[in-house]
Amino acid sequence: MLEAVGAATVEELFDIPPAIEFDGAFGIDARSERETRRLVRSMLDRNDTLTELLGRGHYGYYIPSLVDHLADRSEFLTSYTQYQPEVSQGFLQVLFEYQSLLVELTGLEIANCSMYDAATALGEAATLAERVRETSGHRVLVPDRLLEGRRSTLENYVAGTDLVVEEYPLDDGVVDLEALEGMVDEDVVMLYAENPTVRGTIEEGLESIGDLATAHDALYVLGSDPIALSLLQRPADVGADVVVGDASVLGLPTSYGMGLGLFATREDFLRQVPGRLVGVSEDATDRRAYTLTLQTREQHIRRERATSNICTNQAWVALRTAIHAASLGPHGMVDLAKRGVTRAEDLAEHLDEMTGVAAPVHDRRHFREFVAHVDQPAAPIAEDLERRGFAVHVVGEHEIQVCVAGVSDAKLERFVAAFKEVVQ
Amino acid sequence: MTNNAETPEDGSVRYDQARYVENGQYEPLLAEKDQTRVEIGDDDDSPLPDDLTRDSLELPELSEPELARHYTRLSQMIYGIDSGPYPLGSCTMKYNPKFTEDVAALPSAAVHPDRSERSTQGSLELMYRLQDYLGRIGGMDAVTLQPPAGAAGEFVGIRVAAAYHEHNGEGHRDEVIIPDSAHGTNFATAALGGYDVVSLPSDEDGRVDLEALEAALSENTAALMLTNPNTLGLFERDITEIAEMVHDVGGLLYYDGANLNALLGRARPGDMGFDVMHYNVHKTFATPHGGGGPGAGPVGVVSELAPFLPSPRVRESEDGASEPSYELFEPDHTIGKVHGFQGNWLVLVKTFAYIARLGDAGLADASAKAVLNANYLASQIGYDVPYEPFHHEFVASAGEQDAADVAKRMLDYGVHPPTTKWPEIVPEALMTEPTEVESKATLDRLAAAFNAVADEADGALEAAPNRTTARRIDQTSAARNPRLSWHALEDE
Repeated sequence: MLEAVGAATVEELFDIPPAIEFDGAFGIDARSERETRRLVRSMLDRNDTLTELLGRGHYGYYIPSLVDHLADRSEFLTSYTQYQPEVSQGFLQVLFEYQSLLVELTGLEIANCSMYDAATALGEAATLAERVRETSGHRVLVPDRLLEGRRSTLENYVAGTDLVVEEYPLDDGVVDLEALEGMVDEDVVMLYAENPTVRGTIEEGLESIGDLATAHDALYVLGSDPIALSLLQRPADVGADVVVGDASVLGLPTSYGMGLGLFATREDFLRQVPGRLVGVSEDATDRRAYTLTLQTREQHIRRERATSNICTNQAWVALRTAIHAASLGPHGMVDLAKRGVTRAEDLAEHLDEMTGVAAPVHDRRHFREFVAHVDQPAAPIAEDLERRGFAVHVVGEHEIQVCVAGVSDAKLERFVAAFKEVVQ
Repeated sequence: MTNNAETPEDGSVRYDQARYVENGQYEPLLAEKDQTRVEIGDDDDSPLPDDLTRDSLELPELSEPELARHYTRLSQMIYGIDSGPYPLGSCTMKYNPKFTEDVAALPSAAVHPDRSERSTQGSLELMYRLQDYLGRIGGMDAVTLQPPAGAAGEFVGIRVAAAYHEHNGEGHRDEVIIPDSAHGTNFATAALGGYDVVSLPSDEDGRVDLEALEAALSENTAALMLTNPNTLGLFERDITEIAEMVHDVGGLLYYDGANLNALLGRARPGDMGFDVMHYNVHKTFATPHGGGGPGAGPVGVVSELAPFLPSPRVRESEDGASEPSYELFEPDHTIGKVHGFQGNWLVLVKTFAYIARLGDAGLADASAKAVLNANYLASQIGYDVPYEPFHHEFVASAGEQDAADVAKRMLDYGVHPPTTKWPEIVPEALMTEPTEVESKATLDRLAAAFNAVADEADGALEAAPNRTTARRIDQTSAARNPRLSWHALEDE
């Protein structure tokens, strides 16, 4: 090969000035495959095995074996963005079916084929609001208990715009409509609410929030996820303009926060949507075929005038989500969502029976998780629970938040027993 | 339809991709196999009152074997690296070692991000060691693993630059300079960060034009974004001088890590004078591209910029225990977060495993073979390669042929074509990056495909592809009449 290229050594092929050449000594040892596996395993074994009653934006639902086995087929794993659609029909169809799933769940006409996670999808929604705003406004309203990761990411996404993020209060776990009404004016370009809320409550005022947004020409952005959307109010029915959230509640186990940004919106904003879109066309034999479309919105064509800078996205996670949803089917998805309500409320009832515990804190309906008040300081309780093999959130000096997603009934029973011992 | 690949005698491959046709159409949609509507309301066992629920949900309800076949068929209609060579320029489509999938699938990797530091020492250690590895590889002092993709890494770089200038009372800097041949994400990222983009023309040799750079630099320059080798595969020989020029006006030098595979073990962005860089782990460190993602785009910076990195980062804690322990911390002047949690964790696990497996020698060997393979392939094809000496990739010109048609025709020979029509500095560009993983035999087959297509008439090219699942797809119709869900098809 060297002969063919007319070089005596490979080094001759490098055109690097000697002053900045590097000797290659990173100080990283090579290992056999077996040794590398052992190294990573022994390192990760330092993670304790805990039953996680954790949620707050990241969930560990049971993933059917079908998902792993099909998604790990190497054609899915080892292909890239479908720049050559004729040879990529399978992945394009998967993404088209994923988009269709989100269209059904949200009732909105357009869904893209992924953002990175819920936080970045929220950031993209704000830049969309800036592009399509009908007023000269610049305020973005978000709930005061918005997850720090989402709030901070949103701040970064709007840092290059004239948008300003402001908080509106929640009242006993749901949107304080009166306070919100006092804050919304023509300066507001985007109003963001979540259902369920970060406290696990089911929002009751979704339609009123939508009316407020509409009355002031603000974009109504709703945060949710595919399991909640299977049961709770359909965003289109409450006037949502954009739905964001983490779609990987289906498809991924707990993954230290790795997600799949859900992004759906109304048809009116089609040409302002961030991210990739798969559409239908025909091939030379007039058969239906799929292709990436409306790419003139995207960075590789439109450069600094693109609707987003996103290129590599979460396509393979979208595949996993689509397979998980298909595996559940509509009955399975609705049942899973219903169990999120009943199991959380059952657990709250059990905790509420204990002396020194009030659960749930909010007198609302809950989805999948809730906040419990504990008379004793919450942090030592959480530490004690961790020693007994359970992880919970500490969300206030006397507040613990627990989530039932992915936790078996048997484990919940053991958790209740452990909790009782700890608080007694 | 004639097809010269029918009985290949030219060393190329005869290829037929899977194609299922039912009722005159390719594989039906799930929704065409079944649609089941579930009503949700007071009259059934709904645990919630009607006003808190939707009315119904309509989706396909299929058995597990039906689904297994659906997705298996779809997978057969995809060309991946495991199908054959995939020399998609600028994307570094190298083989993804299987063992990294196994380590990422370890149950101990599946932890929740809100768990205590005490109970996640394993994840923290892996992140700490990966920060360290990447710092060494890039010649950078501090690394964040949070950005979930290359473009997100660029965004961190731009936000860090903004915070740095703001911190120094230089918030007036509102321009980012980008060579015209750069990746589209550079422009879009700078714009997302609120910067005006100053486009920099290349010189005749295809590199940064120092005079044009001098003219573009000013007290308003926040940063220059550069990839090296550039998108033509050329090393920016004047990089030290470029760095001085940028630093002289108080700007920062950003390294787009898309082409780092050319330099592993031979040169480091930090040594070239770059202040901030991102790594594309799905390119350089072989994590799978997954049909479009997830990747990860860690960012490395020089020590002056470390206080501005996203929060949290991982450090060793000083608790005096015999076994080192690790903790999260917030950099002093952090820009905050660019992802809800810690980024694409499972991808980071694979990245760590790949680097730990290769070590110094393996990483240097990767860049050696990547550059040798690109040079060998270029020497074996008939198309003109106007700019050299290139490294890990080269940009050939399809000349009188339409590069997009060349790509379609190459599909018929069982190879994935190069990136086409970009960078625009080369007419009818075929941007080709074979990567280090291909053997000489595969490169010869790839060259045979290039050369067979080069000899074909426009008619054959325009009629291609013939052997793929779908034939040539009408892009215009897709955009003119957007149908983006199966719901949209029902309305037709």
